[in-house]
Amino acid sequence: MPLIEFTDKGLCCPQGQFYIDPWKPVPKAIITHAHSDHARGGHQYYLCHHDTKPLLQLRLGDNSYESIGWNANRVLNGVQVSLHPAGHMIGSSQIRVEYKGEVWVVSGDYKTEDDGISSAFEPVQCNTFITESTFGLPIYNWKPQSEIYQNIKDWIIQNCEEEKTSVLIAYSLGKAQRLLQPLAETGKKIFLHGAVWNAHQALVKAGWQLPEVERVWQDAPKEIYRGQVVIAPSSAESSTWIKRFSPYAIGICSGWMQVRGNVRRKNADAGFVLSDHADWNGLLQTVKATGAQKVFVTHGFQSAFSRYLNETGIESAEVKTEFGAEEDNEAIDQV
Amino acid sequence: MKQFADLVNVLGTSTKTNDKLDALSDYFSSADDKDKVWVIAIFSGRRPKRIVNSTQLFTWCNELLNLPGWLMAESYHVVGDLGETIALLLPERTNFHASYPLHYYLETFLRIEKAEESIRKQFIIDAWNSMTQTERFVFNKLITGSFRIGVSQKMMVNALAKTVQLEASVIAHRISGNWDPANTLFNEILSQDSVTIDHSKPYPFYLAYALEDEPASLGDPHEWQAEWKWDGIRGQIIKRNEELFVWSRGEELMTDKFPEYHFLKDVLPNGLALDGEIMPYHNNLPLSFNVLQTRIGRKNVTKKQLQEAPVAFFCYDVLEYEGNDWREKPLQERRTLIEKLIKEINNEALRLSPTVEFSSWEELARIRSGSRDMNAEGVMLKRRSSIYQVGRKRGDWWKWKIDPLTIDAVMIYAAKGSGRRSNLYTDYTFAVKDGDKLVSFAKAYSGLTDKEFAQVDAFVKRNSLEKFGPVRTVKPELVFEIAFEGIAASNRHKSGVALRFPRMSRWRRDKKPDEINTLDDLKKMLEVYGK
Repeated sequence: MPLIEFTDKGLCCPQGQFYIDPWKPVPKAIITHAHSDHARGGHQYYLCHHDTKPLLQLRLGDNSYESIGWNANRVLNGVQVSLHPAGHMIGSSQIRVEYKGEVWVVSGDYKTEDDGISSAFEPVQCNTFITESTFGLPIYNWKPQSEIYQNIKDWIIQNCEEEKTSVLIAYSLGKAQRLLQPLAETGKKIFLHGAVWNAHQALVKAGWQLPEVERVWQDAPKEIYRGQVVIAPSSAESSTWIKRFSPYAIGICSGWMQVRGNVRRKNADAGFVLSDHADWNGLLQTVKATGAQKVFVTHGFQSAFSRYLNETGIESAEVKTEFGAEEDNEAIDQV
Repeated sequence: MKQFADLVNVLGTSTKTNDKLDALSDYFSSADDKDKVWVIAIFSGRRPKRIVNSTQLFTWCNELLNLPGWLMAESYHVVGDLGETIALLLPERTNFHASYPLHYYLETFLRIEKAEESIRKQFIIDAWNSMTQTERFVFNKLITGSFRIGVSQKMMVNALAKTVQLEASVIAHRISGNWDPANTLFNEILSQDSVTIDHSKPYPFYLAYALEDEPASLGDPHEWQAEWKWDGIRGQIIKRNEELFVWSRGEELMTDKFPEYHFLKDVLPNGLALDGEIMPYHNNLPLSFNVLQTRIGRKNVTKKQLQEAPVAFFCYDVLEYEGNDWREKPLQERRTLIEKLIKEINNEALRLSPTVEFSSWEELARIRSGSRDMNAEGVMLKRRSSIYQVGRKRGDWWKWKIDPLTIDAVMIYAAKGSGRRSNLYTDYTFAVKDGDKLVSFAKAYSGLTDKEFAQVDAFVKRNSLEKFGPVRTVKPELVFEIAFEGIAASNRHKSGVALRFPRMSRWRRDKKPDEINTLDDLKKMLEVYGK
């Protein structure tokens, strides 16, 4: 019996009697991170990192949550479980599962560059590695974030000179918080869409020190936004909500902006290639660093990435999951 | 190159016309004169010939990368543009010192066009190695020949006009016709004298918008002249200095393609420019566009083609007479002149495009409904007092086309689009029923809103049956009304028909796949309209 099986409810560890990021209700779920395609409601028990817990409470309400820190061990029916930083967003973890000397690691979503708030990614040695592949094609290689931040800041300054509001489109959970520090360096005021604000408040309540922000209020005078910065989720982009910032420029922060067609289709004024996922080289380096003999590839370009691994001598197979729909679920954030 | 790459970047991503105009005028006021001439050339369709093809580019890039070919192909399917894929895949440049201006690259293209492959290859690899990602993208677009980035010639002309403070129509005329960007100075383009040097220069075409309101909104019918709207190639025939020139609307000089017109050199007066339609025509009848299609696109016209698809010029306007610009004169005056001229010449190959007489809009609507019998697409409405304007303008000229033919069909294949639509399944193949089988008969890429495309895209992703490279076989479930302008027999398609301008006119969510049209329905249409 493999240590982790791929079932219609999600990744299952039969020996430990738990699931990892299941998409159907189960008795015991270990959650890699708080994005809606990985953290779903309806489970009887949740195990996650300390930093993930307040975010699960925000999204899923009251449940039976238990949280642990990095590298701490939990033994579930004889199976040893520990969490390791995945660098994807606050609290995001890789799940290490060990039984009778055999080690499997589930990556969840991860990025290899340290963003300063998500805890730096660490590759974990294992026999079998289950990796995401959101950007698993060689066209996706990221520039250092410092360079992207500089481009964003320059863009904001230019918009300000033209008396335009800079509206940045970013996931309300993760990307939005990551942007705050570089944005604060522009000296402009930062306004948050309600969905981003809710996530922000939950983190502040949990003790996070984040740069000063304001909420976008329904009846605030429009002048206060002029030349300033707004962070909003992608659902706001085509809504009437955004009209109040007029004149404004829209900049989308996403790895998908690497391809021009996406920037143009979104009708954005600017696309910033800023991703919370590993790029092609990041994925390859991680796979090698884990030393895994077998690699399962989930959500993303799984067939291409897994074929490439096989051709380069790393045994690999693709796995169909229900992960990778963050964007589709972004509307939920607005509650 | 950097300045041009930055310009293209703004033009390609900006969503506002004014920003694009500003970027262009900034460029025209600050760039090197030689580069400016090339930018004018590029945005008016005068790029140097391709010196390599996409397969060569793909192969050379692949040699530089340590990646399997299938992975590069997979990347290309996601990006939807080879030039961009290569720009994204190539490793960082190692040469930071060899930055050349735009004209250097374009003039090198001309110089090495016929050189050995190894020389062209080395030039391209060296160029890649000295460029940033954005520059490589623009460079690749220049060498592969597809350079559609959301800037029309009209926009470029307007920006240039603004920068040099001349009328846009004057600029449009000066940059038309035959000129060689490598040997033309920026000042020459803008100087008065250049017009008289090039005898071939056509006038910018005046184009009509489609009439969307009822014709009654145009007011008194007596102020309007109606003509058939022909489905040929819009063209200008020019005779100056004892030479004859035939121009297409795309500003392609096509004199050699239409030997039927060559006698006009001897019979037309000098200093004359006629506007009209290049039309297949036989035994006193205009033929369908399909007939012309067999001829255009070929370098040399064969005797057989001349017999099977003879052309005439259906003239409907005069822009220059006795060397004088007639465009400011009212249409009725211009019309009187061509009626007289064409009558005098009296030859089958130069015909007067007849006016359609009518006294009320209702009567014209009735006549228009018979357009297909005339092999016309509808009628043109031109205000009798109108001057001949530049480009597409509202107000005085309208095209009032007949409704297209339509057929209900089911989508069976989908492929990703390119450019703005890369990554989205937007290119579909449609089928009609033949008994209990489905027979594909047309492809269409347009007609849906962005939102509808997103919905169909989501359907395709969830309902793929098979995947062949970029193409997915999808569950035959979505029904669309396909509109088209004409139908012809074809042995290249399984269905035996080829449609002209097929597009999705409606998503028939109300119809089930078993309610679509049949192959017999298509064959009946071929019978009626396909001659």
